[in-house]
Order: sequence, then structure tokens, then C-alpha cells
Amino acid sequence: MTSEPISHSESLVESSQRFRAPRLINQIFRWLTLALAVGIGLVLVWITYSLLSIALPAIAQFNLGFLFTQVWNPVQELYGALPQIYGTIVSSIIALIFAVPLGVGVAIFLSEDFLPRRVLTPIAFLVELLAAIPSVVYGMWGIFVFIPAILPILQGVHKAFGWIPFFSTAPSTRQMFATGLVLAIMILPTIIAISRDSLISVPPQLRQGAYGLGATRWETITQVLLPASLSGIIGSVMLALGRALGETMAAAMLIGNANRVNVSLFAPASTISALIANQFGEASGLQKSALFYQALILMVLTLVVNMLAEVIVNRFQQVE
Amino acid sequence: MSSQNPLDSHHQDLSSRAMDYTVSSGRKFFGSLMTTLVILCVAIAILPLGSILFMLLKNGLGRLFQDFPAVFTELPPPPLVDGGGLRNAIMGTILTCLIGSLISVPVGVLTAIYTVEFGQGNKLSQFVRFCTNVLSGVPSIIAGLFAYGVVVLTMGTFSAIAGGVALSVLMVPIIIRTAEEGLKSIPREVRQGLVGIGATTFQGVFSVILPAALPFIATGVTLALARAAGETAPLLFTALFNQYDARSLREPTATLSVLIYNYAITPYKNQNELAWAAALIVVVLILAVSILARSFTKRKVY
Repeated sequence: MTSEPISHSESLVESSQRFRAPRLINQIFRWLTLALAVGIGLVLVWITYSLLSIALPAIAQFNLGFLFTQVWNPVQELYGALPQIYGTIVSSIIALIFAVPLGVGVAIFLSEDFLPRRVLTPIAFLVELLAAIPSVVYGMWGIFVFIPAILPILQGVHKAFGWIPFFSTAPSTRQMFATGLVLAIMILPTIIAISRDSLISVPPQLRQGAYGLGATRWETITQVLLPASLSGIIGSVMLALGRALGETMAAAMLIGNANRVNVSLFAPASTISALIANQFGEASGLQKSALFYQALILMVLTLVVNMLAEVIVNRFQQVE
Repeated sequence: MSSQNPLDSHHQDLSSRAMDYTVSSGRKFFGSLMTTLVILCVAIAILPLGSILFMLLKNGLGRLFQDFPAVFTELPPPPLVDGGGLRNAIMGTILTCLIGSLISVPVGVLTAIYTVEFGQGNKLSQFVRFCTNVLSGVPSIIAGLFAYGVVVLTMGTFSAIAGGVALSVLMVPIIIRTAEEGLKSIPREVRQGLVGIGATTFQGVFSVILPAALPFIATGVTLALARAAGETAPLLFTALFNQYDARSLREPTATLSVLIYNYAITPYKNQNELAWAAALIVVVLILAVSILARSFTKRKVY
């Protein structure tokens, strides 16, 4: 968008009396929209501030030790966030491990002409629908359909690879690994949509040049198109990571809410958002404050990830 | 990736058979292997969608038709009681979404008007765009805690208003983005014409530009509503839940999404069935709205 600035208000006939009222209205309108635009920026600050103000007692009590303590004891009023931070990050990593190759694969398929456009458009639409399913429905599907379906497979993995610490416990019906898989499905549309856009936006000359050198379609994809669209793909992965970190309902329903760190991925675990969703209702006093402290950690975590994603995606758009 | 080898062997091929260009079998195999893999990726990605839609229809449709009007007109029953419906939850979802859009639509559209019409890509509007994108990445449960801290603690009660405020935080970024797109889609000639006849930005925006950008804004609002209708986490501690009808906006209010959460994790069969029926209603609603939103922008004004 390189439309030149056209300032309506200034270029008007200056001195005429009868233009005064419309110009005054215009000025007021300008200030109103400006205030709201600035307000959008302030909302982020406001959200952080409101979390901080309620978290303050817990911050004063536990300091930074909160981040490394593995205890959640409402009776003795001792709280720590280590199991939740661990669970949030590990479940998101599991999600990324499965969603990134899958998502980039689908993005390649949708950006190439393997099939005529008439067939590709509905497939792209179906993928977008994945993003439209509410997370609570994913959670319910996970409880009643997905986990019962994959449990036998996980049991097989446990039998064969039980000596690896990650698979060392018998698969539980609520567990970290299955939660990560459901998260992977939920973040797929994000990865696919942005990766596909950045693959499509690679200048066609690059592709033509590669073909001209005798490269096959797949050599072109792996050696020219993917490297050229790498920053867009990385940006999409960061955005997806942000979504996985903050995802609440599916995690709250599937992860099992065990407030301890367990190396085995087949054991119940917890995430920050799952803990908040499960305990907030009954919490009061210091416990509620500790929950807000956890929320603050989540907020900082997702803010950092999203800002990085934003910077990366912006750079990719400028290169383009 | 095992991608360097094919090109090397390609070189040898060329030197041995000067003009005769054929793709070596290894390179062909790599190609068909990768093509098979990505088709597999698509199949795996679409499988969960198929499974979810199938289970929703299988478990929800029966209940919906079995006691047809009751599902929509009755209240949810206590545990171990049969029958009942989702009346209060349906009303609550409509109400919270309505409050959410009453806040987010004016804020979002006016912000977009600033960044496109007044700011025109200056530093501040770039900053606002950055904040919008970051805001859209804020986890929904954080939006809920924010509304809890700002509205629930101030009002002293859980309410549909607090739920609406939480939803508006999630809706605003979607509306700003689509409204910006809509405003930018108006050709420069139209703006130049407006300057030419001596209209102020205010007059131009409200008489010409906004009406022309309306399809985009409508798309944004419907997409935002589709997102809000399915959100659970922001409503857990704001609208909370209510076994009965909420008699005012200042009372805890049931919503479909929170009802799904509450009833999916109970051991009672009737409540599980109601959760499936509610999930079917929400998903059908969201899909219908998403498809509707596409049709708005399909017929372009310019």
C-alpha cells in the first residue's frame, strides 16, 4: 500500500466561515479515533497491570522462587509454578513436533498445482474449518474419541520403548502426550495458512529459474521455494507456538491436572491455563493471587513469542 | 533433507549423455515419495475434522431431533434427571456475544478509521497494528482474568456484562484487521474525488467510504462472532454458569460453551448428551457464520 497521504482537512478552502462546523466535527472525530487507537495499545498494558495488581501478594510472598518450586498446597498456602511451566512448554513442544512437518506438508500441497484449483480450494476451506472448531469441542472429542482411539497405540509404544524415560509409565487416560497431539491439530490451521501464503508469494522467477536449470518440481521446492519462504514459515510456527502455550480448554480437559513434574509423557501433567481453569472457581486469598502470578508468567511468555513472531513475519513481508 | 545428492548425480548424467535429458530414477523416486508424503499430510490433517463432525452428528443429532423443541426451550436438568434443554445457555451465548460486539465493533471500526484514514501508515498506526496483532495472540483465558479483575471485582458479581467484556478483548483485533482491509480496498480515486468536492475526512468516511467498505466490516464482525460463540475460557470466571435463566445482565449467566465444558466432564449420561447437542449447535452456528462471512466479500463492490 503506497497510497500517498491525502489530508482532506488541511487542503480545504481555509477561511470560509461555513466550513467551520464540519472542520470542527472532523477534528473531534480525529481525536476520538486517535484516542481509541492509542487505547488498543494501552489495553495490553492494562491487561498486564490488572494481572500484576492481583498477583502482587503472591509475588511478594514467593518472589522468583515461585518459578522453580514444585508445590501446590492450598492448605499450607505454599505455591510454585514449576510443574505448570514445564507442562505448558513441553505440551507445546510436542504439538510443534507433530504440527510443523504436517502443516508445512499441507502448505506445500496447497501452494503447488498437484490438483486443479477447483479441487484445492475446497481442501483449503476444510483446513480453515479446523480453526473454526471451538477448543472446548476439541476437548470433548479428545475425551470421548481421540484418547480412547490412540491409547492402544501408546500402550504398544510403552511396551516396546518403556526403557526410554519419556515413555516409562503405562499410558494414562489423561496425559501430556495425547494433549500435545490434540494441540497439534488445533495449531495446524495457523501453520498451514501463513506458510502457504509465504510459499505462494515467492517470486515466480525463482521457480522458473530452477526449472530452467533442470531441477524437478521437488528439487525446486526443497532447494528454492522452502528456503525463500523460510521466514514466513518460522513466523507461522511462532504464532502457532503462542496459540499452543495459551490454549486452555483442551489442555484443562485432557492433561489430567497433576501438579508435579513427571518425565514420562504418558503420565498426567498440568499447564498454566489448565491449572487456572480448574482451580480458579474455588480459589481465594493467596491461592487466587498465586493463580494470577501464573497467569502473569503465561502472559509474558506469549507476549514474547507473539512479538517475535510479529517481527519475523513483518520482515518477511518487507522482503517480499 | 536428502536433497543435495540428486543434483550431483544430475551433473554426472549431463556429462555422460550430452543432450539427452532424462530425470534419473533416484530423482523421480524422491519426487514421488515427497508427493505421496504431502498427500498423506493432507489426509492426516483432514481426518480429525471428519471425525469431529461425524461424532457431533452421531451424538448430537439424535438428541436434537428426539425431543425437538425441548432442547431449545427447556432448562438443563439436575444430574440423574432425564430430558431438559439448553434454553438458558442459548440465550446466554447470544447475550454475551451481543455485548461483546456492542463494545468491539465501534472500537474496532473507529481504530481502523484512524490507522487508515487519519494515520495513513504513520508510526503510530504501525504501532497500533503491531499491538493489534499481539493482542490477537493473548490467550483467551488471560482475557477472562482481565475481565474478572476489571469488571467482576468492581461490580461484585459474575455477569453477562463481564463475559461480554472478556469476549470483546478477543473480538477487537479481528474487527480492526478486517475493517482496515475494507477501508484500504477503496480506490484512491474515490478519496481524491472526496477531496475535490471539499469533504472533510469525517464526511467522506461516513457518506462514502464506510458504506462502500461495509461488506468487509460485516465479514469481520461475523468472523469475530464465530470466534466468540465458541470461546469457553474467557467466560469461566466472568459469566460463570447458571442452572436457571439469568434475570438480568448483572447475574451469572449460562453459555453453551461453558455448559459443554461442565457437562462433558460429568459422569452423567444425560448431561453428556446435552453437551454433545450443545456442541453440535455451536459448531453448526460457527460453520454457518464462517461460510456466510465468505459470501460477504465475494461480491466485491469495486
